[in-house]
Amino acid sequence: MDISNYIYLSAILFVIGAIGVVVRRNAIVVFMCVELMLNAANLAFVTFSRINGDLGGQIASFFTMVVAACEVVVGLAIIVTMYRSRRSASVDDASLLQR
Amino acid sequence: MFNMALHVGSTQRPEAVLFWVMAPMAVLAALGMLLVKKAVHSALLLAWVMITLAIFYIAEDALFLGIVQVVVYTGAVMMLFLFILMLVGVDSSDSLVENIKGQRPASILAALGLGGLLLSLIARAVTNVDAVGLTTANTAGNVQGIAQELFTRYVWAFEVVSALLITAALGAMVLAHSERKHTSQRQLSVDRFRQGSLAQTAGLPASGVYARHNAVDVPALLPDGSAAPTSISPTLQARGDIIESAPFELAPSVEEEN
Amino acid sequence: MTTRTDLVYLIALPLFSSAFLLLLGRIADKWGHFFATAISASTFGIGLYEFFAMRSRSGDFRAATQRIFEWISVGTFKVDASLLLDQLSICFVLLITGVGTLIHIYSIAYMSHDRDRRRFFAYLNLFIAAMLLLVLGDSYLNLYVGWEGVGLASYLLIGFWNERPAYATAAKKAFVANRVGDVGLSLAIMIAFTQFGSVTFSGVKDAALHASSAALTALGAMLLLAAAGKSAQFPLQSWLGDAMAGPTPVSALIHAATMVTAGVYLITRSNFIFDASSTARLLVVIVGAITLLFGAIVGTAKDDIKKALAASTMSQIGYMILATGLGPVGYAFAIMHLLTHGFFKASMFLGAGSVMHGMNDEVNMRRYGGLGKVMPITAVTFGLGYLAIIGVPPFAGFYSKDKIIETAFNAGGARGILLGGAALLGAAITAFYMTRVVVLTFTGQKRWADGTHPHESPSLMLIPIILLSVGSVASGFLLNKGNALVHWLAPVVDASGAEGGAELFKPIVVSALALGVVVLGVLTAVLKYRGTVPVEAPAGSPLTRFARRDLGQDDFNHRVLVLPGRAITKSLVGMDFHFVDGIVRAVGWTLSYLSLSLKKVQNGYVRSYALLMTIGAIALLATIWLVTL
Repeated sequence: MDISNYIYLSAILFVIGAIGVVVRRNAIVVFMCVELMLNAANLAFVTFSRINGDLGGQIASFFTMVVAACEVVVGLAIIVTMYRSRRSASVDDASLLQR
Repeated sequence: MFNMALHVGSTQRPEAVLFWVMAPMAVLAALGMLLVKKAVHSALLLAWVMITLAIFYIAEDALFLGIVQVVVYTGAVMMLFLFILMLVGVDSSDSLVENIKGQRPASILAALGLGGLLLSLIARAVTNVDAVGLTTANTAGNVQGIAQELFTRYVWAFEVVSALLITAALGAMVLAHSERKHTSQRQLSVDRFRQGSLAQTAGLPASGVYARHNAVDVPALLPDGSAAPTSISPTLQARGDIIESAPFELAPSVEEEN
Repeated sequence: MTTRTDLVYLIALPLFSSAFLLLLGRIADKWGHFFATAISASTFGIGLYEFFAMRSRSGDFRAATQRIFEWISVGTFKVDASLLLDQLSICFVLLITGVGTLIHIYSIAYMSHDRDRRRFFAYLNLFIAAMLLLVLGDSYLNLYVGWEGVGLASYLLIGFWNERPAYATAAKKAFVANRVGDVGLSLAIMIAFTQFGSVTFSGVKDAALHASSAALTALGAMLLLAAAGKSAQFPLQSWLGDAMAGPTPVSALIHAATMVTAGVYLITRSNFIFDASSTARLLVVIVGAITLLFGAIVGTAKDDIKKALAASTMSQIGYMILATGLGPVGYAFAIMHLLTHGFFKASMFLGAGSVMHGMNDEVNMRRYGGLGKVMPITAVTFGLGYLAIIGVPPFAGFYSKDKIIETAFNAGGARGILLGGAALLGAAITAFYMTRVVVLTFTGQKRWADGTHPHESPSLMLIPIILLSVGSVASGFLLNKGNALVHWLAPVVDASGAEGGAELFKPIVVSALALGVVVLGVLTAVLKYRGTVPVEAPAGSPLTRFARRDLGQDDFNHRVLVLPGRAITKSLVGMDFHFVDGIVRAVGWTLSYLSLSLKKVQNGYVRSYALLMTIGAIALLATIWLVTL
């Protein structure tokens, strides 16, 4: 089995995450799809580090995880605030900037 | 831990079996996360994807990263997601009917295009490349290798990221803090009893409580306790039918107490 | 060729007088008419002076020219504003200024109750100036300026009382019909320039000697079209009847004596063209013959005295046009008839004006009757004009008309018989309807409307009529004595050679025939209208009704010209609106449609914006992929 299969898997997961961001309406599910995209990128980083024999890929993956954690924290806090003021977690409710 | 990537460029049979078993599961779980109605189910499916990825990391000689993926990502981040889902509404389900016209087909098309591009770009990058493998990089052990890189070459990024973590924590606290604009009734009554004396516990009396006569011939009291001259009919004043209000004004001692 | 320096004053004096009177406005109301009449009289004086000067010169030196300024000089096209006064022009100059001055005098009294009298005289002067320019121009282009000028003056004068919409419409109709003819003249000038390289009369005459017959025929046809427009000949004759909406002096001056004769002048001036092209000449005689019968038939059915006289004018000019198509000698006879017609028709029109003046501006002859006793001088002068027009010797019309009939018969062959027969028939019908006019107006029982008290007109109106009727008595005899006019005009029309052509009938036979048909016509009319005449016009035969409708000329014009013209205009307007404007509107519509479609992108939903970002990312990746290919 070729090592590049990991990369194909990462691309597929990334695409699925991208569809999810655009299609789903619940804010938290959208956020989860973003997490999926980040994970797919991490997989790609690790595979590239294995291909090139350089640990820099794994370091990048490490940093991605840290930043993703911060992002999740702040993002979920925002969603909670939004929910408190509006009683709904749907992203379609923020549509005042139309036309 | 046993080395799985023994051969450069291609994997050994055990890894191949692992891959071909776990990868379809991961893809199915991701698709499921996309398609299920309940948000909690999506969260659990995502957790499964993350565990699968952790297994892949370990299979690819990224031991530290695999463990961190399980502990931090799946353990902390996904659990955080679940907590927030509980807060927001566990049975809040997304209606799967799309209300923006053309969004679904356009997004599937765009995603397929994106996928195709990514695949072809990556394929161009990795075909006929000899994989080096991480045996030399991991000579002192994976954790040691990462530590070596992290604290020498990437130490600046490391410091910045830690500042970011602190900032994020503070930000979350600020956002999540809620000012109670109005206190509850229970709190109000507790505060009332907790004032210096019990004098104002019952609050000020309603109007008319201190009135002692029919107000036609007694002048009304102004807020400072003095008589209001305009509250008496001038006819009565001229006839001298006024009862002096001085005896009925509130005593200064009582006012001071108040 | 002599050079004179005072020819320009003939035109300049009336022109400046007209401008002067128009610009001064109400200030000139008290004396404007006298001033204009004085100017007109002074042009007559200059004309007389030039006439006697010309007579004192010998043959080749009689023609006089004056170059005023260089007008156009573009490449090979050079035209000077020059004047040419030769034997032909001087006849017209005397006629225009003489009859014009008499009509100016008449108008002082006729228009005395009109508050716009000064403007009327300004327009009359303008007309005199334009008509003089027409007959004095030395090239077709100079003639054209005068041609247009008389068209303008005619429009202004016909529609003088333009507060009545019907009069304004009549003026417009006259102008439009003239315009059709003017197209002919423009085309003729263009043909002359492209084929012959020159537009002056002398230049074209020299070039006509070796020109192709196609060019000559085309040129002749176009000139005939122009003449038909201005002289109210078939097929452009519909405007003359309606032109009677103008004041009577206008009808007398413009539509009897001068403007309508401009066509005859044009053809006579272009004699070298028509002499060289027999096809054009044939067209000329056909037009002339048709019109003389047309006018005569229409004249029998008109109850309006002015319209009857107008139809008579149309018919008489038909005689003149017929004469111009009959060969070199015909030109002289046409001019002779033109001059005599100028006298007797103008006097009859002025007489009609005098009758109208006394009858409260009533024009319906069925409301006249028995006016001979009440207006004796008008009746006598009108009667003299009547005798002249029907051709009773020794009055003026006898000489000129009989000469034309004679020349028609002498044209030879079937053509001669046809034309001569038509002319005789025309003479008979002319006698009939002119007698009808006289009998209905001046004799018989009084059929006056209530409240009319007819009286003789003031002397300022009667003196010009008397002077003109002197002309209608004597002019024919004087012009014919010793073939005076023929010899006078010979150098201009090259009549030296062709006196030839066999005589079909001897002159005395022709005169007898003519007199015979005239007597026939007179007797028919007298017998018919001698008794009681109904005040309401009776239904009449189909031919009478058709003749009352001007032999269907307006219906024809409407069906053939107006309706298709309107259809073309409507389709062009529609095409402009839908196609041309449609393209412009389509641009605007496309832009608004685009903006409306693009507006839908901004629907406020975060997800669709996320989709757009995805698409942007794809575009970026695709570019990278293509670049690194």
